[in-house]
Amino acid sequence: MKYAYYPGCSLSETAKEFDVSTRKALARLGVELAEIPDWTCCGASAAEAVSELLSLALPGRNLALAGRELPGLDVLAPCSACYLNLLRVEKKTERDPDARRRIDEALSVQNLALPGTMRVRHLLDALVNDVGLPAIAEKVVSPLEGLKAAPYYGCQILRPYAEFDDPERPRTMALVLEALGAEPLDWRLSATCCGASLMASKKEAALPLVGNILRAARDAGADVVATVCPLCQMNLEAYQSEADPKGPVPLTVAYLPQLMGLAFGMDPEEVMFGKNMAVAPGFLAGAPALA
Amino acid sequence: MATSVKNPAPQDEASRNLKAIREMVAACMQCGTCTASCPNYPSMDLAPRRLWRLAVMGLTEDIFASRTFLLCSNCYACTLRCPRGLPLTEAMAALKRMAAARETKWGGRKTQFYRTFLDNVRRWGRVQETDMMMRYFLDMKDPLLPLRYTPLGFRLLRKGKIGPPHSAQSGRLAGLFEKVKEMEARP
Repeated sequence: MKYAYYPGCSLSETAKEFDVSTRKALARLGVELAEIPDWTCCGASAAEAVSELLSLALPGRNLALAGRELPGLDVLAPCSACYLNLLRVEKKTERDPDARRRIDEALSVQNLALPGTMRVRHLLDALVNDVGLPAIAEKVVSPLEGLKAAPYYGCQILRPYAEFDDPERPRTMALVLEALGAEPLDWRLSATCCGASLMASKKEAALPLVGNILRAARDAGADVVATVCPLCQMNLEAYQSEADPKGPVPLTVAYLPQLMGLAFGMDPEEVMFGKNMAVAPGFLAGAPALA
Repeated sequence: MATSVKNPAPQDEASRNLKAIREMVAACMQCGTCTASCPNYPSMDLAPRRLWRLAVMGLTEDIFASRTFLLCSNCYACTLRCPRGLPLTEAMAALKRMAAARETKWGGRKTQFYRTFLDNVRRWGRVQETDMMMRYFLDMKDPLLPLRYTPLGFRLLRKGKIGPPHSAQSGRLAGLFEKVKEMEARP
């Protein structure tokens, strides 16, 4: 099993632990990731707020590179915004030949063109539908027994394109957590917005959203909130004292592949738990290297 | 004449853009599912339902006096639930684009974050978050704004999550940005 890997900008800087843990967890599952050479930014959620054509040409460039350098491989993107931007190019060009023509014309300055067919996949999609839950469970050496995990999906991997899960009541991450031996929680805000980049541009609007999510996870009895998006992760882990000042201790927030790493017997440092900004005291006490 | 970032959207382009948005929401039946689904509604001065009514009525200035569309965080809850199946999140993005074009021409900082972000992409090829936020603070010309992020900045620094820009892809996208600008300036 092999994918063209698009890490995206966040995973190269503030979310390095998401990149490293994704690579390590997938390697353990026998999945090969070939990083798209010379990839560039997908435009995040900013490009479409400035230029529609750029919002398609920026992700389009990466799909064109993948098609040329790694032909035939599905493109795997762990970040929600990257995934949606890349997927949008796949979807829009499927039904709008004019969109494809415009993207190709823009890309022609770099002697690039979109490949004939593109298939963009999210990490959860690959885990559940390609790797499969039994293969994940098989690699578990230290099951996350008794760990109450609140899966947090965010928005853009579910909407507007519901490719691999229910856009209102998603369950793929709960299935993976279960395969790791954890106890996934059914809680009400698992697919509700964290405010995304409003945390940078309109902080007073985003803080209450983060506060609601943290309180709902606590009320459900969560030991950890599991994420699959660098912006969700940052918003939920870095603003806890501002968004939920009455919260007793940090509520642990971790990337799903970091939890996979722990269940696969990896040392917390191997999946870079040192980078996490909200880890409750004692959370890692049962982890292999510290046991 | 070609438009550019410095010399952007003439008025006819603004009305053309609003016409496109009107068409996107023309079938709106004012049910309010969008408002009820919006996580950011409590921070908005105008409910999304009312914003779409203004768009249908072509009340451009009322729309741009509001900050509702700038509070859209692209969660697509309204798009998912709209009983008419209207592309509401895309319409919000189109309003952001119109506002960005107006501000580029006449000044204003409501869309500054998006413009600074994209300029960072143009310069570096890959977003350099540290450099981007520094420039955003400078662009906003609000001396108090950085203070709201200073504690976080130190924590990120301690965690080794931020640092000087990596320049391997620097300038890689300049040609693409130029080409897109040229294409968008066509009548």
